[in-house]
Amino acid sequence: MRSLQDSLAGAPTMPLKTGRAPGERRAAPLVFLILLWLSLAVAVIFLITLIVNIVLEGGSRFGLPLFTEYPSSSPDRAGARPAILGSMWVIGTTAVLTIPLGVAAAVHLEEFADRKHWFNRVIELNVQNLAAVPSIVYGLLALAFLTLVGVRDKNIVIGGALALSLLILPVIIIATREAIRAVPAEIRDGSLALGATKWQTTWRQVLPASVPGIATGSILALSRALGEAAPLLLLGALVFVSFDPNGLLSGFTTLPIQIFNWTGRPQEGFHELAAAASLLLLGLLLVMNGLAIFIRNRYQKRW
Amino acid sequence: MATAHDDAPMHLQAARNGSVADHVARPIMRVENVDVYYGDFRAVTDVNLAFGLNEITALIGPSGCGKSTLLRSLNRMNDLIEGARVEGEILFHGENIYGKGVDPIEVRRRIGMVFQKPNPFPKSIYDNIAYGPRVTGMKVESMDDLVEESLTRAALWDEVKDKLKQSAIGLSGGQQQRLCIARAISVRPDVILMDEPCASLDPIATMRIEDLMQELRKQYTIVIVTHNMQQAARVADRTAFFTAQVSEGSGARTGVLVEYGTTTQIFEDPTDQRTEDYISGRFG
Repeated sequence: MRSLQDSLAGAPTMPLKTGRAPGERRAAPLVFLILLWLSLAVAVIFLITLIVNIVLEGGSRFGLPLFTEYPSSSPDRAGARPAILGSMWVIGTTAVLTIPLGVAAAVHLEEFADRKHWFNRVIELNVQNLAAVPSIVYGLLALAFLTLVGVRDKNIVIGGALALSLLILPVIIIATREAIRAVPAEIRDGSLALGATKWQTTWRQVLPASVPGIATGSILALSRALGEAAPLLLLGALVFVSFDPNGLLSGFTTLPIQIFNWTGRPQEGFHELAAAASLLLLGLLLVMNGLAIFIRNRYQKRW
Repeated sequence: MATAHDDAPMHLQAARNGSVADHVARPIMRVENVDVYYGDFRAVTDVNLAFGLNEITALIGPSGCGKSTLLRSLNRMNDLIEGARVEGEILFHGENIYGKGVDPIEVRRRIGMVFQKPNPFPKSIYDNIAYGPRVTGMKVESMDDLVEESLTRAALWDEVKDKLKQSAIGLSGGQQQRLCIARAISVRPDVILMDEPCASLDPIATMRIEDLMQELRKQYTIVIVTHNMQQAARVADRTAFFTAQVSEGSGARTGVLVEYGTTTQIFEDPTDQRTEDYISGRFG
């Protein structure tokens, strides 16, 4: 040991620099950091203002009557019961229509379609683009479709669900494709090397492994649909519903439309109701997004 | 089963090149004049080999010499890569696995594979083993027995018998790889292909896999690709040395089989200068 140290004694040394770096090297990152914080602050401040505003205005109306009462010409007797039920009916129907279709489309595109074929490339490009189309266009599309098949009264649960399904189908397809793509090739190889067919591999390995991703994407897409009003308004969604929707062909209203309606009324009481309903809608969205995040974290990367 | 293919067309082989491949006593698989292409790119050319029943054959050579490509062609796993194509014949029990009407699914069931990186399914240990028999529709009297038998043969049973329902992802790398071997033998293949099975394992786990291979060769035929020459020398009965040939015009690298013989002969008395250079560590 000593002899080694002795032999190293004459080696040149190069101490690390200490102390502060020159000023100009620190200024730019600092400015940039402050800008980033400012951007974040702007976003957060707006959100907080909005929420505080809604809570202050609608807090007093956020109670049992909001859930149990039907709309009324008097704000004191009005509630959002049909809108809440209507939202549940429409979103439920949308989920049933969209998730199987979206997942199937994604599985086909990702696992079975020949990616080089022009037809599949056109579809792929279209799915990407459709996700960015304004929601009202889907309302128009649903309207045209319902007219074409001869539906006279278009404000029905299935009609609304159709419009919202068109809206979120591309989102679900894209989310599912990403989830499928995240399944390592080794898992597929391992299954195929045992003599499993492509179909068995997809059904028993790839899909189960992508369920968390599919669930997360679907919930986020449905929460987007839950907040939509435009395509439903186009279908002539009723703004004053005093009955519970009870089937696919039933007339309906939804929370965003009810909020839209109440906001347009002159009485202050209705504005408070709108705020209370917004609070409920926000709460629902928060729960859904929270669930999506929970699922994502719970099942993250098991391989 | 063992002798069904002994009457394979030997005269054709001999006429072609009279290679060492003919001296394999009981070949279960024969590779005859095989070229493997990816699109227009020829990855491997003109390979003639035979794999003896209950023998371990090692494929060695520098990176990019096409040994893994060839291995993946042996059970049609290469079919899954777009543009991959095999010319020549790969005979399994005398039948060309690329022949008309041959089902690649059946080929893969009979010729199993273990990969470089352990790839257990994100399922329980039990389900990892039961998966193969289930999907291939094997008639199994007792799945529990089959799972135990497979894990025992892969020298893993004692370590996992109390946690069969736990996820396989929790096992160590070496255990995962033995699980993958157990999984491969659960569908009762004749041949097991191993693509650098110890590449991601520590020396002790590697040793256990090598011991296991010696056990397995009593019932199975094993073809192993390895980067590790010592491993080939330790485990293999026969060794095939590949190298990459660079074409003068395009600079494309094509894998060629340089020499094939018993492991002793390859390591102690190589006939080709390139083999000797590689074995003695002069390149690669």
